[in-house]
Amino acid sequence: MFCILAFIILGSAVMCVTTKKIMRAATFLLFVLFGVAGLYFLLDYTYLAAAQISIYAGGITMMYIFAIQLVGKRTLQGMVERLRGCRIIGGMIVSVIGLATVVLVFLKNSFITSSALTDGEEVPMDVIGNALLGSDKYQYVLPFEFISVFLLACIIGGIIVARKEKETK
Amino acid sequence: MVPVEFYFVLSALLFFIGVFGFVTRRNLIAMLISIELVLNAVDINFAAFNRMLFPDGQLEGFFMSLFSIGVSAAESAVAIAIIINVYRNFHSDQVNSIENMKY
Amino acid sequence: MEYSYVFLILLLPFLSFIVLGLAGMKMPHKTAGLIGTLSLGIVTALSYYTAFCYFTAERGVDGTFATMVPYNFTWLPLGVLNFDLGIMLDPISVMMLIVISTVSLMVHIYSFGYMHGEKGFQRYYAYLSLFTMSMLGLVVATNIFQMYLFWELVGVSSYLLIGFYYPLHAAVAASKKAFIVTRFADMFFLIGILIFGFYTGSFSFSFAGNVVMGDGATPFIPVDVVRAVAAGGFIIPTALVLMFIGGAGKSAMFPLHIWLPDAMEGPTPVSALIHAATMVVAGVFQIARLFPLWIEYAPGQMSIVVYVGVFTAFYAAAVACAQSDIKRVLAFSTISQIAFMMVALGVCLPGHDGAVLDNHAQLGYMASMFHLFTHAMFKACLFLGAGCIIHAVHSNEMSTMGGLRKYMPITHITFLISCIAISGIPPFSGFFSKDEIITACFAYSPVVGWIMTAIAAMTAFYMFRLYYGIFWGTENKELHEHHTPHEAPLTMTIPLIILSVITLTCGWIVNFGSFVSASGLDYEIHLDKQIAITSTVIALISIALATYIYKGEKQPIADILYKRFPKLHRAAYKRFYMDEVWMFITHKVIFRLVSTPIAWFDRHVVDGTFDFIAWGSNAAGETIRPWQSGDVRQYAVWFLTGTVALTLVLLCLL
Repeated sequence: MFCILAFIILGSAVMCVTTKKIMRAATFLLFVLFGVAGLYFLLDYTYLAAAQISIYAGGITMMYIFAIQLVGKRTLQGMVERLRGCRIIGGMIVSVIGLATVVLVFLKNSFITSSALTDGEEVPMDVIGNALLGSDKYQYVLPFEFISVFLLACIIGGIIVARKEKETK
Repeated sequence: MVPVEFYFVLSALLFFIGVFGFVTRRNLIAMLISIELVLNAVDINFAAFNRMLFPDGQLEGFFMSLFSIGVSAAESAVAIAIIINVYRNFHSDQVNSIENMKY
Repeated sequence: MEYSYVFLILLLPFLSFIVLGLAGMKMPHKTAGLIGTLSLGIVTALSYYTAFCYFTAERGVDGTFATMVPYNFTWLPLGVLNFDLGIMLDPISVMMLIVISTVSLMVHIYSFGYMHGEKGFQRYYAYLSLFTMSMLGLVVATNIFQMYLFWELVGVSSYLLIGFYYPLHAAVAASKKAFIVTRFADMFFLIGILIFGFYTGSFSFSFAGNVVMGDGATPFIPVDVVRAVAAGGFIIPTALVLMFIGGAGKSAMFPLHIWLPDAMEGPTPVSALIHAATMVVAGVFQIARLFPLWIEYAPGQMSIVVYVGVFTAFYAAAVACAQSDIKRVLAFSTISQIAFMMVALGVCLPGHDGAVLDNHAQLGYMASMFHLFTHAMFKACLFLGAGCIIHAVHSNEMSTMGGLRKYMPITHITFLISCIAISGIPPFSGFFSKDEIITACFAYSPVVGWIMTAIAAMTAFYMFRLYYGIFWGTENKELHEHHTPHEAPLTMTIPLIILSVITLTCGWIVNFGSFVSASGLDYEIHLDKQIAITSTVIALISIALATYIYKGEKQPIADILYKRFPKLHRAAYKRFYMDEVWMFITHKVIFRLVSTPIAWFDRHVVDGTFDFIAWGSNAAGETIRPWQSGDVRQYAVWFLTGTVALTLVLLCLL
């Protein structure tokens, strides 16, 4: 199961960054998000997976598609991007070096090998709810409230930034 | 059962695919999509670590992922608002078009 | 405490300043003037009431009026020293309250007519209020430092008012000159205060009588003179002489007098208020305030005051004889009269029989304060009269006047009264005060006495020269036909009449000595007949001389004198080149030898350093700027590179 999901995720991700049409990139992003949600299911984090699907796949991707359509007809038709070779090579080099570094870190740390994932229990919903709205240790009402304010600020900010400016006299 | 390294390697790969996309794409929305890939890679990491370190009980990584999803939603909303505005002003959604705003 | 309302005396002008300063421009002229005048009217009423209460109160057991301190609080505690702010009433400060509020009220009323329709009318009244507040604060100060604070405020308002006609170059130059010269002198005052405070551990005055503190008033820190004397006998005299230099600057004593004639560029009522009646006597007031210290610890140094005063009196009188600008004549006359007061303070002798303060030996103290009072009245009247004349002929020059008595009867009469008063003819007020001064001078030394008598004669001469030049003499018919001079409006003549009535009567109606005297005890003024008669006769002779020379339509003698002594006249007209001497000292000596090298150092070394720093950062910025390409992806690449590099470094280390 994991292998299938990993294949979907990586394949879609590669397609997403290499495809020339922006609309396709958005679609591949959707697949990646679904794949990640699948991983969460696999980890028995059902709630997280549901949030991933509803917020990411349902919300954000929709927003991208709308944005692409708003941005212009030319883009809507599938804007063809001209990728420059040198930049691709540069990006490759950077990514590969970074990947190599991360892998190096993995290899150097012993805890990776020490444990395999045990079969987890599914986290009960009331535990999540209590943790989210409690104020004890390992409870998260402060970040929760913070994020609500943050979202509000983003809504206002988004409206102000995207608002059509009034015609100057 | 899947060894935990697989998750980490997967997440690392996803991360660097995102970085690659960010570096190579010239379209602002495409760059934003790449950033979403990166964020997802990080979320996977959090979830996997949480499962590995706290098989039962605490949910730190879990909530980190959850909040990260929320923040990324907000972030992309604002970013898209900016992109639309840039497009309106410069009639192009290429990165280079806003280079003249640098100083 | 029955005097708890006195804070209003300071607060009301201050409030009126704030109101007029902030909102004045929105008001019509009349409202602004009324606000200023009304608040000052209340202040005047309060001052008179205070004086009435104070002087009718019972004298203490020792026969003096108690020094009242209704308010005193610590403003800045500085370790041992405290800066206090408060209000103190003693005979001289109560007397000053009357002088200041009376003259200021007169000037406020007068300005209605004089400044009518003038641009900045409201600003003018705001400044007048500020000045009145600071001057009142100066006289009721409870300690030297508060006095200094208001002293500087007075200087600022004087600066503002001299430069009132700021579009005129001369006014700006004069205000700057006044400010710089008095500031220069104030520096010595400050040094004196600091020396005094450092060695005596207090900024308080030393008092003659007993002190009554109000409820909640912080008690003064007593002046520890013993410690100061132990530290060195020269310390208190030094501090006092330094403070005297400050007072000399404010009171226009030679050689710091140069600012006062130029200060006449301000509006004439301002000259009357600030540069004749109140501010310029601040120096005299300061010495009177510190008088117990002077007489006890620095009797020898008082001769400095005498010499400076005598010379200034003579010098100013000589210059006044040759000036043609009527305000300048009055300005030099003011300098001369203030010098009289200074001399009167200086000629005080140590008391008989070991007493520190003694009314008879220190007659000069009383005479000085008395002269301050009478002089404020008649000089304000003279200035206001001069203002009426200037208002009528639109010029300060005597050549445009002459024969004005037909056109301006009220001004003529009041001006004449004041002239007689300043000349010292009985029974006008000037006679009594001047006579006391001369008596005190004779008691000090006959030489000083005779010199002062001669100067008093010169005073009579130049005042009547001025009087005849304006109201008699050669009439400038051409100009007067073109524009007939007319009597000033009522708002301007009423203050003149009031002031001249005071001048006429205040000499003999009340016994000044029972209010203000050196020891605070009652002192009956009695005239020394011989001296009184001598000085009156001499004054009459000089008036006759002036009449003979200047009264006629043609003035042959004056012309002959000009021709005979052209150099002397020119020198006197040019004020004996004192301005040129100062210009030489400042420009040639100080600027060239001190300021120029400093300026060079500043321009080349200091500026060079900072220019280099600025250039360096600019160059660095230009170098770094291309890095900020605006290309986000490039940033990302660099960021990632850095992260990777850092990780690798850490990996190698761990």
